[in-house]
Formats: sequence, structure tokens, C-alpha cells
Amino acid sequence: MHAKRGKWFLGQEKTALYFLLPSFLVLGLFVFWPIINSFILSFYNWNLFDAMHPFVGLGNYRALMQDERFWNSVRQTGYYTLLSVPLGIVLSLLLAVLINLPLRGMTFFKAIYFLPVISSFAVIAIIWSFLLDPDIGLISHYFQEWGIPVKDWLRNPVWAMPAVIMVAVWKNIGFNMVIFLAGLQEIPESVYEASKLDGAGPVRRFWSVTLPMLRHTLLFVVIISIISSFQVFDQVYVMTRGGPVFKTETIVYFIYHYGFEELDMGYASSASALLFVVVLLITLLQLRIFKFNETN
Amino acid sequence: MRQVAGRSVSYVLLFLAAVAIAFPFLWMVLTSLKPENEIVSFPPTLWPDTFTLSAYHDVWSRIPFMQYLKNTVLFAGGVTLVSLLLDSLAAYAFGRLQFRGKNLLFVLVLVALMIPVQVTMIPLFIMLNKFGWINTWIGLILPRATNAFGIFMLRQFFIGLPKELDESARIDGCSEFRIYWNIILPLAKPALASLALFHVMYNWNDLLWPLIMTNNNTLRTLPAGLALFMGQHVVEYGVLTAGASLALAPLVIAFLMAQKYFIQGIAFTGIK
Repeated sequence: MHAKRGKWFLGQEKTALYFLLPSFLVLGLFVFWPIINSFILSFYNWNLFDAMHPFVGLGNYRALMQDERFWNSVRQTGYYTLLSVPLGIVLSLLLAVLINLPLRGMTFFKAIYFLPVISSFAVIAIIWSFLLDPDIGLISHYFQEWGIPVKDWLRNPVWAMPAVIMVAVWKNIGFNMVIFLAGLQEIPESVYEASKLDGAGPVRRFWSVTLPMLRHTLLFVVIISIISSFQVFDQVYVMTRGGPVFKTETIVYFIYHYGFEELDMGYASSASALLFVVVLLITLLQLRIFKFNETN
Repeated sequence: MRQVAGRSVSYVLLFLAAVAIAFPFLWMVLTSLKPENEIVSFPPTLWPDTFTLSAYHDVWSRIPFMQYLKNTVLFAGGVTLVSLLLDSLAAYAFGRLQFRGKNLLFVLVLVALMIPVQVTMIPLFIMLNKFGWINTWIGLILPRATNAFGIFMLRQFFIGLPKELDESARIDGCSEFRIYWNIILPLAKPALASLALFHVMYNWNDLLWPLIMTNNNTLRTLPAGLALFMGQHVVEYGVLTAGASLALAPLVIAFLMAQKYFIQGIAFTGIK
């Protein structure tokens, strides 16, 4: 009996192996091996159509550091992040607070706000390119009637990126809102009651109760927004192809261009290896902060 | 009095946001119902003067839409079914079994969760190209056959189920697989539904992976197919708005019917 108990509760290695093997084969072959390989590739001059793939050491990285086009993609990604993250967070937090009010019809509003989240970004970006088109674009037309003198948004070097950012904020607002909403609903009602007794109005209550209680969620949304804005591709591919004059070329678009259009896969891998390191550092920072918060 | 004013302000804001967010969808559907000459007439308008279904008629012949739709269903459906099975098997081991090396292996799952797909796509493409798997179903689906997020999410759910459930079954001599299949999985239906919708949504909508893994129309999915069609024929507004409406419709309908499960899946990413 004792031996049998031991078998059930301590040593289920063999059973576990059967349950884990399929997933770990897939993860090993299609996630871990490629990630190791992307570092290895970055040390080679690896063009898909060349027979030889000579080892170049740090050559790709050196070329990357001197590539103005690469630094441009870093700047554009930074610009995108700096504008889209705060804007997206402020708007989605505002909507989450409003949706959280005990009013009627909130399920309806929530469903509307969530529609862009479930839609394919590539497909909806087609619609946005039409809306911002100088000839048929209704939004471009409205903007002009409201006195905004930009006509061809997506072919204007100054305004193409703000247009891409506007679409991204529009797309992700519902996603952030749902996460904020989950955070808001964890704030106990009693905290609000107490501050109501102190005579705090709704705006005061937001700053002195809601926001501090929500800091955990807020930090989480900030970090995942930053990580996802480092990975922007779909709307750029559909709306601008990185143009005009590279003004919307993000890092992932740069990697795609060199990897799958120029087929210079070694060079593209050196950029993706750097991207991976940056994303990993942000993720580790996130884990540290959250561990820190939990232990406190 | 102040409360009434506050409520009105809230409704006005909520309504304005709803209009701004829904507007592109509204424009898309209304434009797809306009004749082509009305779409390009100046100034642009929202409401059609004449309604026509001609774009919905043309979309099937101008774009290989049926092919794209079939491919999207097979790709998203295939990945979802296989991944639900593999994710739940692994999650069962992590959530319900005791074995050496469990923590180490689980850390590997968390590491996989942090790796952006954009970083692995080039080596993955080279490898699958070597296998001769570009433009094949196996090449499109197998690399997605398990998902670290899915394993993580189901594990959290499985851990929460009471221990007594499987202990009594074990005493009755049930095999581990029977316990997983007949006891744990039926209890996990809500979590599985949320995860299934997450997988369907993610793959139905994905652009980059189908774009690099297919090189002609035989396996191309709707987002990749429509994006490429737009790149080549940007002026076919009617056909493209009709195609976009049809491509988005299945998920919108599924969302309206199962809103709770969609939102639960998203909210979970916030809890982890």
C-alpha cells in the first residue's frame, strides 16, 4: 500500500513524460531551436539563394550599427512607442472608469469598444487606408472640413506615422480597457465609501483612490504596451509599407524587409537578435517589479 | 441634480467613444453596399444613394475569396484543435501530477511565452524550407501545435480544481489519461472555450505567419490574401470593402454570441 501511494503522489515521472512530450517536442523544435538559431545565423552571411554561407563573426552587427536605415527604424519605433503607449493608456483608462459606473447599457458599449480588438489588424488596416485616402477617404475629408490641412495622410512624411499611431490606439483601446476593468473591479467598494464620507468628489476619488489602487494593473499595461509596440508590423505592412521615405519603417518591418524581401537572412537575424535582447530585458524588468510588488 | 448631470456627461462620453470606434466598421459595410462610381465620387459620403450587392457578387470572382476563406477556416480551426489538445495535456502534467524537474520545465514554458514570434520567424522559415514544408498544411500548422500561453492558462485553471476529484478515481484504478479526459477536461470547459476563442482569433487574424509561409493562393489566408490584393489593386474599393466585411463577419458574430468567453480570455492575460 505504501509503495503504491508513493507511486501515485511522488513519482509520476513516466506519466508526466507522456503528457509533456508532444508539447515539448513542438516547443523545442519550433521555438527554442529557432531562437538559438537566430543568434547563430546572425554571425553568418546567410542569403537564401546563395550556395555558401560564410561566417562573418560580428560583421552583421558592425554593419547594423553603421546602417542609417536600421537606426531610422529604431527611431520610428521609439516615436511610435512614445506616442501610442501614453495615448492608448489614458483613453482606455478613461473608458474603463466610465464603463465601470453602475449605469445601464454598459454591456452594449463594452461590446462596441471590443470590436476592433477581435478584428484582423491587416483587414481593418485596409479600411483605414481607404478612410485616410485623399480622394475617397471620409475621415480625411472630415478632417479637412474641421480645418486640419492634411490631405494625403499616408503619403505625407510628417503625418503618416501619427496616422498609423491613431489606428493602433483605436485598435487596442478595448484590449487595455478590459484589463483595466478587471483591475477596477478588484478595488473594494468600502474604499470608495470611506472617501465619499470624507467629501471627495468623483475626480478627487479617481486621483486619490482609483489610480493608486490601480498602479499594479497600470504598470502591467504600460509594459505589455511597450513590448507590443516594439513588434508593430501588420498595419505598417498594409497601410504604408514603411513609407513614405522610411518614415513608418519599424524594427520588425526592417527585419521583414531584409529577411523576406532582400533574403539577406543573416543580416536580418542580427536585428532580430537585438530586438529579442531588448524585449527580454523589459520582460525581466517586469517580472522583477511584480515580484517586488508581491513581496511588499 | 449633480448626479443626473454626471450621468449625462458619462453617457455623452461613452456615446462619442462608441461612434469613433464603430465608425470604420460602419463605413466599411455601407461602402461595400455602394456602386463603385458612388464610392469614388466627390465629396465622399457615408450613406449610399443606391444600395447594391454587386461588390458581394464580384468579390468571389475578383479575389479567390472562397479559397482564402476555406484556408483560413482550416488553418485557424486546425491550429485550435491540435493546440487545445497539446496545451491541455501539458497543463495537466503541470497542474495535476507530481514529478521531478517540474519547476524547471515550467520555467521553460514561461521562457517560451516571452519569445516574440517575430524573432524566430527567419530561422523557422529556413528550417521549414529545408524540410520542404513551405506552402504545406503541416508547415503552416505544426509550428503552432502548442502554445505557451495556452499551457500556462490551463495550468492555472487545473491547479484550482479540488484534489479529491482524481484521488478517488485513482483508487478506483482509473488511468491518468482517463482522469484527464473524463474528469478534468469536462470540468475545464469554460477555460477551454476561452482558450479556443483565443486561438481561433489569433490565427484567423494573423498576417505575418501566413504571409511568409505561403507563396501562392493555394494556402493563403484572408488577411494575407486581402493585404496582397490591396497592394496590387488599390482602387478596387467595393470589392475590398465587401471582402473585408466578409472576412471580419465570422469573428464578430462569434464575439456577439460568446462575448463572455472572449473577454475572459483577454482579461486572463492581465491576471498572470
